[in-house]
Amino acid sequence: MTSSPSTSALRKPQRRRGELGPVARVGTHVTLSVASLIALFPVIWLVYLSLGPDKDDYLHPGGIAAKATLDNYWFVLTNTAFFDWLWSTMVVAGGTTLFGVMSAATTGYAVSRMRFPGHRPLMWVLLLTQAFPIAVLIVPMYEIFSRLRLVDSHLGLILVNCTTIVPYCSWLLKGYFDTIPIEIDEAGMIDGLTPFGTFWRLILPLARPGLAVAAFYAFITAFAEVAFASTFLLDDSKYTFAVGLQSFVSEHDAQWNLMAATAVLIAIPVTIFFYIVQRHVVTGLTAGGVKG
Amino acid sequence: MTLTAPAPAAETPRSRRRAPRPFQRVRDSYRRYWYAYAMVAPVVIVLGVLVGYPLARGFYLTLTNANSLNSARTIGANTIDATYEFIGLSNYAEILWGPAAYDRFWSLFVWTIVWTVTCVVLHYVIGLGLAMLLNQRLRGRVAYRLLLILPWAVPTFVTVFAWRIMLADAGVINTMLGTIGLAEPSWLENPTWQRIAAIMVNTWCGVPFMMLSLLGGLQSIDENLYEAAEIDGASAWQRFRHVTLPGLSSVSSTVVLLGVIWTFNQFAIIFLLFGNTAPDAQILVTWAYRLGFGQQPRDFAMSAAYGVLLLAILIVFTSFYYRWLKRNDQLA
Repeated sequence: MTSSPSTSALRKPQRRRGELGPVARVGTHVTLSVASLIALFPVIWLVYLSLGPDKDDYLHPGGIAAKATLDNYWFVLTNTAFFDWLWSTMVVAGGTTLFGVMSAATTGYAVSRMRFPGHRPLMWVLLLTQAFPIAVLIVPMYEIFSRLRLVDSHLGLILVNCTTIVPYCSWLLKGYFDTIPIEIDEAGMIDGLTPFGTFWRLILPLARPGLAVAAFYAFITAFAEVAFASTFLLDDSKYTFAVGLQSFVSEHDAQWNLMAATAVLIAIPVTIFFYIVQRHVVTGLTAGGVKG
Repeated sequence: MTLTAPAPAAETPRSRRRAPRPFQRVRDSYRRYWYAYAMVAPVVIVLGVLVGYPLARGFYLTLTNANSLNSARTIGANTIDATYEFIGLSNYAEILWGPAAYDRFWSLFVWTIVWTVTCVVLHYVIGLGLAMLLNQRLRGRVAYRLLLILPWAVPTFVTVFAWRIMLADAGVINTMLGTIGLAEPSWLENPTWQRIAAIMVNTWCGVPFMMLSLLGGLQSIDENLYEAAEIDGASAWQRFRHVTLPGLSSVSSTVVLLGVIWTFNQFAIIFLLFGNTAPDAQILVTWAYRLGFGQQPRDFAMSAAYGVLLLAILIVFTSFYYRWLKRNDQLA
């Protein structure tokens, strides 16, 4: 892809390191443009189809341009349970975030700063629980929740989401606390703070960006959770978006146009939100693992 | 990286000198680690209740013949008690070497491995290629970056439906293939094409994360290393092989592990792409779900047994992976 700079440097000595020759530059732009197009196309296509008024329009996409309309959006907003789903999603995702981050913060600090018997096993448990396939817990959870009447409730779903979010947030926050210099803790101790006081008054305020990333990740994960939500929520008005969107497409009837419009309505705010914070998410996701 | 809190460290020499009796030792450790235990308590309790107990319960269920007909359930105001029985390990025996073991578990197992390896390799190779292209002085870099992470930014449960429309028999992908004179496979019906479609969609969804992580890794490699290599006359390939790849090793080991776990556990894509059709494209985790919730009567015991086996596979893989990393000295 890149022409060898050592040879091109002979031809054009004024070119700086890391700058590309014309062929390589065109090649790079072509490759990146094609990749961007592939990344973009399904989303654009969905937006385009959402403008077609008929449920079979996706089979004749050429006709949509002539009769494009926002009717689908209007229908979704006024005649479906869209706002119920919005509320459910906010309750589940918000509840998971709040509970997950709050219970994980002190643990993240403890495993980052203190060595105690059980430290390694705890780290292992935290790592492993994040990796649990949904199939491990879904059956016993369903059985237990049926007994406790937590099936078809938002609380039940919040608890289920916490099984992966809590260990994940602990791990992520540990990674963040690791980047805060230990000298700050020492200074706090010398000034007579207890370990908890150090955590609460010195470290937590400094860890705000880390907390934000953990919260954001928890929110997005709970927002996009499909398996448990599809199984545990039974009542149409309690669906989260991930379940509600499926309800447009059943075996008997597929209202692709309405599905597309709903999908676009869901995707726009989440995508914007994601773009605002994405830079931090990547570092957060990989940081914890590397430092094991 | 991590340090012991100063206070406990100061106590260590004295306690070592005296070799305390067991009771003394317990009390010492209690005093010394009191804060640590108090601080991890919330998570330990939450995980004990929400993971530990269901896990034990789930394991017990695998030793029974529980299904939706004999489990405790409530119909209206009536509560019916559970009548399932303890049957020992026969669920596992049936899955692993019963009459249908080859058609079910082992063929699903092979496909799950193929699926995981193919997807992670594609994620990594495409992600690394794009990251290297983006890691240059280039006009429009920011714009490319924003466009390329779109598949990660839009929720998967939304984009899978977009793919489902596009892959439909008369959908836009087949229309395009037809226009340039290629065969128009039935992506969502033919078993082989279902598998290819699933890998395609998952690759599309997974590349941006790899790309961004590896881009971060690339940017942290010291420029001087490249300069030194160049002065020593290293070719582009040699620089890639001996500077770029070693420089990425710690990021790579993490993202590959995450990629393997996420892909192995990938539920949403296959579940939403095929619904309840496509028995051949199911991986172990979606098959387990189907046994427990996608059929009538629901076979809870079998589903849980698949879950336990899945977990065992993951644990074995992760510990081997970590051991392998340690041996290559890639973990600090």
